Amino acid sequence: MTLHLEALTHRHPGGPATPDGITLTVAQGRLTALLGPSGCGKTTTLRLIAGLMPPTGGDIRIDGTSILPLPPERRGTVLAFQQGLLFPHMTVAENVGFGLRMRGLPTGDIAARVDRMLAMVDLSGAGPRRPDQLSGGQQQRVALARALVTTPRVLLLDEPLSNLDPSLRDDMRDLIRSTQGSLGITTLMVTHDRQDAVTLAARVALMLDGRIAQEGTARDLYRHPASRAVATFFGGRNFIAGTAAGGLFHSPLGPLRLPHGTPDGPGTLTFRPESVRIGPGENPIAATLAALDYQGTASVLHLNAGGQPFEAALPPDSVTHLSPGDSVTLHLPPDSLWVLPP
Amino acid sequence: MTRPPRRRATRTLAAAALTLLMLLPLVPLAIQAFARGWRFPDLLPRDATLAGWQAALAPRSGLAEALFTTLTVALAVTALAILIGTPAGRALGMHRFRGRAAVYLLILAPLMVPGIAVALGLHDILIRAGLTNTLTGVVLAHLVPAVPYMVLVMAATFARLDPDLEDQARSLGATRWQTLRHVTLPAIRPGLIAGALFVFLVSWGQYLLTLLIGGGRVITLPLLLNAFAGSGRNDIAGAIAIVTILPGLLIVIFTARAVTGAHAAIAGGR
Repeated sequence: MTLHLEALTHRHPGGPATPDGITLTVAQGRLTALLGPSGCGKTTTLRLIAGLMPPTGGDIRIDGTSILPLPPERRGTVLAFQQGLLFPHMTVAENVGFGLRMRGLPTGDIAARVDRMLAMVDLSGAGPRRPDQLSGGQQQRVALARALVTTPRVLLLDEPLSNLDPSLRDDMRDLIRSTQGSLGITTLMVTHDRQDAVTLAARVALMLDGRIAQEGTARDLYRHPASRAVATFFGGRNFIAGTAAGGLFHSPLGPLRLPHGTPDGPGTLTFRPESVRIGPGENPIAATLAALDYQGTASVLHLNAGGQPFEAALPPDSVTHLSPGDSVTLHLPPDSLWVLPP
Repeated sequence: MTRPPRRRATRTLAAAALTLLMLLPLVPLAIQAFARGWRFPDLLPRDATLAGWQAALAPRSGLAEALFTTLTVALAVTALAILIGTPAGRALGMHRFRGRAAVYLLILAPLMVPGIAVALGLHDILIRAGLTNTLTGVVLAHLVPAVPYMVLVMAATFARLDPDLEDQARSLGATRWQTLRHVTLPAIRPGLIAGALFVFLVSWGQYLLTLLIGGGRVITLPLLLNAFAGSGRNDIAGAIAIVTILPGLLIVIFTARAVTGAHAAIAGGR
């Protein structure tokens, strides 16, 4: 099942449109992350797809057929809400079997499928328990099982990891990846955490101010951001104005060789702090160290070259000999450079 | 779970005081129902008798009809109050809208205005509608003090209901009706029971409205009780009073457990 959103819009009365005309395709069996800061319209998008709100414009199609005329229960989409939202008056097994019961399946079939699904989320034997007897992580797994058991055409996950402790997040992440992969369910997952998006999703759609700012593989978004806003969201810190000409970028940092195929003209050079290498090499830069922040896995160097400040993130052990005021030689591999429109 | 002895003593004392407060006014009634010739200076009646009960239970007393009428009216009022109060409570409890505070005030108005004023105004309206002296008129009149309770209880109930719970059910494949039946109703059941209980008892004990709107044609237990109390037959009045009190007491005892127990289940993790 392929999910396709076409210029999907929801305009709140008297407010801004979020989402504002988003177009997005989630290919058969893929897991796409809809990533963005809170309030950008991600959750609204999921509610529109699930049929819990009517869009004010655009279309939602599954395998080419619009699902807009269908009520939520007949869309073949299942939205798993952020808080888990287990039905408090039902047991775990009754929760998981809810969707199947509503479809009128025979009791025996339901029990078998519920058992299989509970085993899949590693909760065999928890069937007779009540939701309030489970930990937060267990509740979240039950919610996932309840959403998956009906094998929806499209699975919609709203921040499935946000309510979990860091130690549980990794488990849940693995669980989502493995179940989604083995069941091959087309999935759209909303998250505000770029780490979750990057590690879980085959493709990432970054949503800013109600629009899709960029869609592609995680690597695309990290290395080849479409705009300064995208680069900033992914932790980009270095934006240097200058001009590209004949494969070189001219700026206060000095001429730097660009990747092949970079068009000429004025632009903004960006590179990730962790792409900067210490020592001489291609694209050398002579810089002065202004400040040094030890951050555990990396040390962040605040540097200055030709009056242009920039940042580098380096392995802490490689910079122990440096202190503010020192001159440092660095280099920037051409492949790590990217020129944004000015 | 052991409590300090002093706190336990305080609790026992409070419980005893509350029980006494509730039961004390009923004691003379109970005695009266079995007494013969209980006159002023005597602390206790001279003789016990079942004469009052015999008279009360005799067909001539009208107790059976009054009981039936009271029950019919109370059940009808309860059913209608649920139908009116549940959607209204939902709107007030789950949605924020302009004029919500004003709606609350209007709903509370019948409870704030003196009953006699409400009754006289209602009487005028129901005369024009040709509904005075009828069961329907009495039921409609009882709804005026009953519906506010139902609405308030249901508003509080719905305010605690996560609105996403119903959306979750729909998205999992439940139709509107299935969602109501399998998710919403179980979640609001304690409130529904508590509200229905209130409303039933408000109607059951209603005197003034029944008297005025029923015009003496619709005789409920409180009216019958008043008639016998006024006639000086304290033993019959005592017996009828006990019949009047008993259903309410039984309902409270049996539903209180269900209400509080179910509340605990819904409150869940807290």
